[in-house]
Formats: sequence, C-alpha cells, structure tokens
Amino acid sequence: MRAAVITFPGSNCDYDCYKAIRSVLNEPAEYIWHRETDLHDADVVILPGGFSYGDYLRAGAIARFSPIMSAVRRFADAGGPVLGICNGFQILCEAGMLPGALVRNVSLQFRGIPVHVRVERADTLFTDRYEPGQVLRIPIAHGEGNYLADEETVTRLEDEGRVVFRYVEPDGRVTEAANPNGSTRNIAGIINEAGNVLGLMPHPERVVEAVLGSTDGLALFESLRANVHAGAAREA
Amino acid sequence: MKQYKVEVRVTPREGLLDPQGKAVEHALHQLDFSGAERVRVGKLVHFLLHADGDDDARARADDMCRKLLANPVTEDYTITLSVD
Repeated sequence: MRAAVITFPGSNCDYDCYKAIRSVLNEPAEYIWHRETDLHDADVVILPGGFSYGDYLRAGAIARFSPIMSAVRRFADAGGPVLGICNGFQILCEAGMLPGALVRNVSLQFRGIPVHVRVERADTLFTDRYEPGQVLRIPIAHGEGNYLADEETVTRLEDEGRVVFRYVEPDGRVTEAANPNGSTRNIAGIINEAGNVLGLMPHPERVVEAVLGSTDGLALFESLRANVHAGAAREA
Repeated sequence: MKQYKVEVRVTPREGLLDPQGKAVEHALHQLDFSGAERVRVGKLVHFLLHADGDDDARARADDMCRKLLANPVTEDYTITLSVD
C-alpha cells in the first residue's frame, strides 16, 4: 500500500502519519508537498493534522485551493481512499468533499486530551478491523472540532449510517459530558456517500504503538491496508 | 474600469450558537455592561476591486464570498461597495 501524506505549510502531524505507515505497517509512504499536482501512484491519500496556512480565515479554507487538492479530488472521485485527520478533516469539509463544517469548540478552549470514541460503522474501508460498537481511546488536539451541519444533512448522515465515530463515555454511552467540543450528536468522524473519504477529528496515528500508550488507532491503518491489498488482488 | 472599496462582513449564521460571542457577552456583563445582549463576533474583510461597474463589482465580490470568504454552512455575509 503506497501512502501519500500531503504536507501543507503548517501541517504538523505529517510525520506521525508517515511513521505509522512506514515503520509500524512497514508499507511505503511518501510526503507530497501541497504545490505538487501529482500523487505519484499512491493507493491511499492522507491529509494530516496541523494548522495549514495558520488556520487563516477558517481552518482548512486556504488549503483546499492548494494545487495538490485537484489531484486529491480526482483520486477520490475515482474511488481512491482519502483519510483526513483533524486539520485534514477540516480541509475535506471546506473542499466540499464531506458535508458540514468544523467550528470553534463550544468551550472556546483548545483541547489536547485523550477521548473515547465509539466505532459506529465497522464495515468501511477504514474500520473493518474494528468490532461494531468498539470503544477506542484516542487523543484529540484541536480548537475547531465542533462538527456542525444543518438538520437535514445530519439526519441524512445518520439515516445513511455515515457517522463512523462518535464521542462517548468509556462504557460507550453517548453523553454531553463525553463530547469534548460541542459537536452535533457527538459526531467525531464521518464518511462520504461512496464510502472512500473519511474525516475524523481524533488522531489515530498517535496511538499505533504500545510505547505511545495505546494501539487503538492501529486497526484503522490495518483496515486500509487490507482493503487496498484486497482491491489490488481483485484487479490482478 | 472603476476602482471600488469593498467591505465584506462575515458573521456566524443567524440561529447558530456563537461561543465566541457568548464569551464576549459574559465578559461585558462582568464589566457591568448589563444592557449588552445577543453579542456575535464576526470578521471584516476589506479590499480594493477594479470592476466595470456596480453590478460587475457586486457580482465578483459575491462570487468571492461564496467561494472563499464565507463558509455557507456556518456564516452569513453582507457586501458594502463604494467608489474609491
């Protein structure tokens, strides 16, 4: 599985993603600078966390116009898996590749803490190595992670089962206290209609090795790898 | 070509919670400005624009708002034009 990690000016989780693919999964990974226009035959594209363009105007608002984003959009339209983590999720929303928007946390505070999220869909390209309803402990680190969309969009996301991760208590209950940023219906991650573009605020790439305190993020990358390999085997 | 001064006012959408506005309101009350309510915090973008006429200037500014300056999911905007 060849992974392209897109680096924008201000990305700061690109190395974590690169390392998760390269040294933990032992798969090829490559940084691609946002000024480039080609994805170098990648099988998977990762938009990492950080503060692209200093979050000027709105988080992700400028990055979506980077030259590489045209290639990312074509790649996604052709069914290629795109994973947006934190600022990557914000960029996908600004680009209209996922619905809704991520706005200022209700607390107004930047939150850098471990949270619990429940796997709502364990049958996606990105999550089929998890159990349905499994509760993961994954860190968040954001000031603008409050997921917002109009009622119609949210209802549609729920009806179509496109909420993939939700903030919960350690025992899996959805409560207001477990919601770290005020997100509508505790939404932590969503997927597009075609099922190949996932955005989430928590950082799975930060919990892929025991030395990091948890390996709860690993199965996401393993799911991706297994599905990319299965796809390649089908095509061969 | 005329030169216009354009001001774009971007505000959180009516009806959406604006945590920043709430915090400012709370701070105002703490300073005994008890009459202040429904505080909303937005942004102001201003620039010079060369355009063929009023309609052209407005249409282009509107296009800029829709594509970049405001997020239609969360923000409203108003455009004010004046000939520079």
